Amino acid sequence: MPVRVWDAGREEEAGWAEGPSGLLKNASALSVEKDRPTREVLPASSKNVRSAEPRWYGRRQDRSMNIVIASGKGGTGKTTIAVNLAYFLARSGQVVQYLDCDVEEPNGHLFLKPRIESQVSATVMVPTIVEKKCNFCGECSTKCQYNALVSLPGIPPLVFPGLCHGCGLCIHVCPENAIAEDKRKIGRLEKGVGLENISCVHGVLNVGEAMAVPLIRKVKDCGLDNCVHIIDAPPGTACPLVATIGDADLAIMVTEPTPFGLHDLSIAVSVAEKLSIPLGLVINRDTNHFPPLERYIEKHSLDVFTRIPEDRRIAEHYSKGDIIISALPEYTSRIHDLVSSMERVSGTTIIGGAV
Amino acid sequence: MNNIKEIVVVSGKGGTGKTSVVGALASLLTNRVAADCDVDAANLHMILNPVVIEEKAFIGGKKATIDLSRCTGCGTCREVCRFQAISEGYVVDHRQCEGCGACYFLCPAGVVDFSSSYAGSCYICRDKYSAPLVYAELLPGEENSGKLVAMVRNEARSLAEKSGTPLVIVDGPPGIGCPVISSMTGVHVAVVVTEPTISGVHDLERIIDLAQFFKCKTAVVVNKGDVNPDYCKRIEEYSTTKGCTFLGVIPYEPRITEAQIRATTILDVAPDSPTSEIIRVIHKKLLTILEEL
Repeated sequence: MPVRVWDAGREEEAGWAEGPSGLLKNASALSVEKDRPTREVLPASSKNVRSAEPRWYGRRQDRSMNIVIASGKGGTGKTTIAVNLAYFLARSGQVVQYLDCDVEEPNGHLFLKPRIESQVSATVMVPTIVEKKCNFCGECSTKCQYNALVSLPGIPPLVFPGLCHGCGLCIHVCPENAIAEDKRKIGRLEKGVGLENISCVHGVLNVGEAMAVPLIRKVKDCGLDNCVHIIDAPPGTACPLVATIGDADLAIMVTEPTPFGLHDLSIAVSVAEKLSIPLGLVINRDTNHFPPLERYIEKHSLDVFTRIPEDRRIAEHYSKGDIIISALPEYTSRIHDLVSSMERVSGTTIIGGAV
Repeated sequence: MNNIKEIVVVSGKGGTGKTSVVGALASLLTNRVAADCDVDAANLHMILNPVVIEEKAFIGGKKATIDLSRCTGCGTCREVCRFQAISEGYVVDHRQCEGCGACYFLCPAGVVDFSSSYAGSCYICRDKYSAPLVYAELLPGEENSGKLVAMVRNEARSLAEKSGTPLVIVDGPPGIGCPVISSMTGVHVAVVVTEPTISGVHDLERIIDLAQFFKCKTAVVVNKGDVNPDYCKRIEEYSTTKGCTFLGVIPYEPRITEAQIRATTILDVAPDSPTSEIIRVIHKKLLTILEEL
């Protein structure tokens, strides 16, 4: 019996299709540097970061490391930290893959500028009613938990594809075998190689599509073996974050020293703690003027991996799609601090001490 | 009952300043109900400083749990679960479980429990402007945020109906997915707060498409406009070509943080600042849009 919820559709023609207006057409393909020599990847010890439970649900038999960058509140600098970290690691010789799980609004590719080499449709399964066989018993609509099937007297049930989670229950419960399945496209996956040879994958959810989680799972299924996965999480603290962070080896929570930032950080931290994921903070736009954040950090004994000061030049470079440590090299040391802290907390050598 | 107008403030990209704008507008709009639909990271109440009048429990979706003492180990549940949520030892991982009930309905031994539990709270409040505020808090990591958004909006609308208030202003979540769709369906006006950055522009296109998909009247505000005047201009042009009303440009304002810390709006902290000035202009333009509906 097939167990997968959804399949990759056919490989579509490679190309860059960025919205109807092409407002950002300049953000596309930059040429990619030639292959750099790559260093030996993670030692086996990296898999023991969170050994509390066996990871039976993942595809992780390899020696990769999943680093998720999350925040709770939007706009605190997740993507900035994620792309600069990916860039730094790649420059240090690590094999890096960037997985953008913010499928509602993916942005990492605007900075890493991959040349898109493949576009794959992402689909979920939806029921179709074989009308000749249906006896209008209503069994399917009674059992469907998502109200995706509605029975009316004397006619086959109506299907509402936008509400369907593709669980297949209706097929099993139909006594007449009157339900088949079809694929429904919810978005697409784009893959390519960007700056510093970073392999990039991002999901793009169709506008008007509610279900982000299946597409998030699909992005994560693209993870290559034996490399560092930098995973950009969506904002918020609900199911899309859980789907992204679920099998992380380490979570980096990016926050800002404001009441909103702290409030949402505390929720995101409790999600990671509930899932027993080791974590550390990056304090972005740090002004040192917000004692409640420092008190929170102290009370919960959280690790601050690095601090990025408030600097208008960072905002300006970010606005143009620049890599900060490339445009403002004085910030390289901050990302280096971040990596050292990550190595310390995870007990893993990520770049073998080299910069 | 159908005279109630709803405005939703959204952004696509997070952190563009939605809540600060909603807070300031809520203080200017005299006869309104405010609703915070960013249920997994609610912040509006931190500006509007409400007194909670009533707390209502939100019951989330159902999750399966297998009674291992009675499980026969037949494997049916693992075969029918499409979310890989059941381990070899027949333990359901609630992170993966989507609550479809396949294991519950198809277990031959009938040993799967399938029930829902408390997943958050919805708060009916009176804010510091003595106006109604509805907000909610989803438990960390819970699902069904779209349903909780619908609950917040229903509560807000029924408050408006009861008190004869003509307007509901909704602080929306970031993104374009389930909770945003739930915040946007059936509203009259969508105000998009964006920022002049490569990400802001990228996300703006998608959120405008979504608003127009739902046939909302769409208006655009650029926040932190001086960070990149070039993008700012392009956003204005783009909004106009998409048929949106361009409401104005708010400059980068460090005192917004001060306002947050003092749990109030920029209008109270710096009433004469250019930011406060432009927010008053935006308020007036919004009133005009509402009159024209």
